[in-house]
Amino acid sequence: MKTIKKITHLRLFLPIFSMLLVMAVNIIFDIVNGNAVFNFFTISVRNGILYGRIIDILNRGSEAAILAIGMTLVVSSSAGTDISVGSVMSLSGGVCCMLLAGFGNANVSEYAHPLWMGLLAGLVVACACGVFNGFLVSYLNIQPMVATLILFSAGRAIGLLLCNSTIVYIREPSFQFLGGYCGFMPTPILVAGCCVIIASLILKFTALGMYVQSVGINKNAARIAGYQSRRIIFTTFVICGLCAGIAGLVATSRIYSADTNNIGLTLELDAILAVALGGNSLGGGKFRLSGSIIGAYTIQAITTTLYALGISSAQAPVFKAVIVILIVTIQAPAFKAMLAKRAAARSLAAHKEVIGT
Amino acid sequence: MNRTSLEKRSRRQMNNNGMLLLITIALFIVMYVAGCLVYSDKGFDHFQTFINILINNSGLICVACGMTAVMLTGGIDISVGALIAMDCMFLAVGIETRGVPAPYLMAEVLLIGVVFGFVQGFCVGYLDIQPFIVTMAGMFFARGMTAMISTQQVTIKSSEFFVGLANLKIWMPFEIGAYMNNKGKLMVPYLRLPVIIALVVLIAVFLLLRYTKFGRSLYAVGGNQQSAALMGLDVKKTRLKAYMLSSFLCSIGGICYCLNTMAGTTTQATGLEMDAISSAVIGGTLLTGGVGNVFGSFFGVLINGTISSLVKTNGKLMSSWANVVSAMLLCFFIVLQAVFAKLKERSKR
Repeated sequence: MKTIKKITHLRLFLPIFSMLLVMAVNIIFDIVNGNAVFNFFTISVRNGILYGRIIDILNRGSEAAILAIGMTLVVSSSAGTDISVGSVMSLSGGVCCMLLAGFGNANVSEYAHPLWMGLLAGLVVACACGVFNGFLVSYLNIQPMVATLILFSAGRAIGLLLCNSTIVYIREPSFQFLGGYCGFMPTPILVAGCCVIIASLILKFTALGMYVQSVGINKNAARIAGYQSRRIIFTTFVICGLCAGIAGLVATSRIYSADTNNIGLTLELDAILAVALGGNSLGGGKFRLSGSIIGAYTIQAITTTLYALGISSAQAPVFKAVIVILIVTIQAPAFKAMLAKRAAARSLAAHKEVIGT
Repeated sequence: MNRTSLEKRSRRQMNNNGMLLLITIALFIVMYVAGCLVYSDKGFDHFQTFINILINNSGLICVACGMTAVMLTGGIDISVGALIAMDCMFLAVGIETRGVPAPYLMAEVLLIGVVFGFVQGFCVGYLDIQPFIVTMAGMFFARGMTAMISTQQVTIKSSEFFVGLANLKIWMPFEIGAYMNNKGKLMVPYLRLPVIIALVVLIAVFLLLRYTKFGRSLYAVGGNQQSAALMGLDVKKTRLKAYMLSSFLCSIGGICYCLNTMAGTTTQATGLEMDAISSAVIGGTLLTGGVGNVFGSFFGVLINGTISSLVKTNGKLMSSWANVVSAMLLCFFIVLQAVFAKLKERSKR
C-alpha cells in the first residue's frame, strides 16, 4: 500500500501512467485485430527511412513538444496561458515563405532570397510576437490569456495578408529538409530533440528555472526578494514566441507550403493540454519540463491511437475533452480536499473501531 | 478621509468606466458615418444595411450577452462557438434525418444549453478549476460531438415551420428608412426573427443584471470574491449560475444562428468565441470582472459587424483585413483598460 502511494505521488506519475495506458490500449487493439502483439513498438527501415508507429508519433508530435517547452515556462511564470502560439506558428511560416517566394508568387521552384534569410525572418517575427505578448502581460498587467487573444485573432490574418490570401508553395528540395528526413531519421524529431536538450541545459546550468518558479509561486514576494518579476515573465513569453516560430517553420517545411489557414490550428490547445498532462499546475509555480514533453507525445499517441481505432479527426476532440476534464479534476484542490476529508473520516472510523474492541 | 474626497473618487471611477462605453459608442458612430459618406454610392447609407448588420450578428449578440455575464464574474467561456455548431447540427440532423418536429427540437437545444452550462459551471464554481481550461474542454467536447452527430453538411429544408420562421420578414412600421431603388420601386426595410429575439435577450439580460439579486451578485463576485463571500453571497452558486446563463443564451444564439445559415456543419461558428470576447472587451467589460454592461457589448458587436460590412462593401480588400482591424481595436481597448486600471491604482495611493 505504501509503495503504491509513493509511486502515485511521484511528480511524473501522471504523464508516464497515461503513456503506459495508451500503449496498453494499442497492444489490446493489436491482439483483438490479430496483429503481432508488439506491432505498436516495431520499428523497421524501408527505403532507407525509419518506419513504425512510435516513429510516427515522435515525428508528428514534435511541433507540440517544441511548443510545450515555451508553454511550460509561460504557465509556470505567469499562471496564464499563451493562446497565440498556433497563430504565431502560421505567421512565422507565412513570413518565411513570403520572403523565399517573393511577395505575390504562389508557386515557385527557386528562392527569391537565400534560405537562411527566410528562416531567420520567421524566427525574428515569432520573437517579435513574443515581445508584444510579454510587454502586454508583464508591463501593462493584462491577463495572459487576453493579451495573447489579440495575436490569436490577428496573427493568422496577417499571415494571410502577407501570403496574398493564397497557399504559397515552395518546390525546392532544400526547403523540405526541416520537415523531411535527415538520413534515415525524420528531421522534426531531431529538431524537437535539440530544442528539448538546449532548454533543459539552460534550466540546469542557469538560474532561469528557479527564477521562473519563484515568480510563478508569488510574483510580489519574488519582487521583494530581489528578482525582477516583470523581466522574467517577459523573457518566458519571448521564449514561447521563439518556440512557436521553430514549430511553425517545421510545420511549414513539412508540407513545403505556407497554408496559413491550417498551420498550427488548435495546436495551442494541445500545448496547454501537454503542460496539464505533464503534471504541472496550470496555476503557475513549480514545473517539470520532462513532464510536459512526455505529455506532448502522449497526446500525439492518443490522437494516433484514436485514428487507428477508426475515429475521425473531427470526432477525436470528444475524447481529448474527457481526458482534460479528468486530469484537471484530479489536480483540482477542491477535489483533493474532498478526498483527504474522506480519508480522514475513514481513518477516524477505523480508529474508533479499534478503541471500541 | 472626509466625505467630499470619497464622493470625488467615486465620481472619477464612474467616469473611467462610463468613458470606455462612451468611446465605444463614439467610435461606432464615427465609423458608421464615415462608411456612409465613403460608400454611399454602394448603398451603405441605406437603413437596410444597418439592419443587415443586426441580422448577421443576431446570434453573436445573444452570445455576447452571456459572455458579458460570465466575464463580470471574472471568468471566461470559450466553448460558445463550438456549442453553437453543436446546436445547429442537432437541429439540422433532427429535422432532416430524424423528422422530429422543429419546436420540440428547439426546446431540447435550450435544455442542452442549460445542462452543458451546469457541468461547466460546476467544474468552475465548485471544483475551482480555471474557467479557461474547463470551457476549453467544453469547446473540444461540443466540436467533437458535432462531428459525432454528423460529419456532413446538412441543410434544413423539410420543416415548414422552421423554414417559415427563417423566411419571416417583419416590415418596418410606417415605412421608416424606406427608399426608392433605381427602378423607382419603394423598398421598405425589414427585420428578421433573429433580430427580434436578440433584442429581447439584450433587454432581458440588461434588466437581469441591473435590477435582480442575481445580477447584482454577479458584479459583487467579480469585484472581489472574498468580500462577496463575507457579505453572505453564495459565490460558488453565483459562478455556477453565470455559466448556466451563458450556455443558455448561447443556445438561443445557436437557434438564431441556425435561422440565418439554415445548415449544420462541423466547422460552423469557428472563432465566434473570440468575436464575443472581443465585443465584450471593446464594450468596456473588464476582464478582471466586476465592471461591464451588456449595452457596451452590443455596441462592440456592432463595431465588429460594421468593420466586416465595410470590408465586404469595399469588395477589393481581402477579408482578413476585417480580422486585422478588429484585432487592432481589441488591442487598443485592452491597453486603454490597462491604463485606466493603472490610473485608478495611482489615485488610491
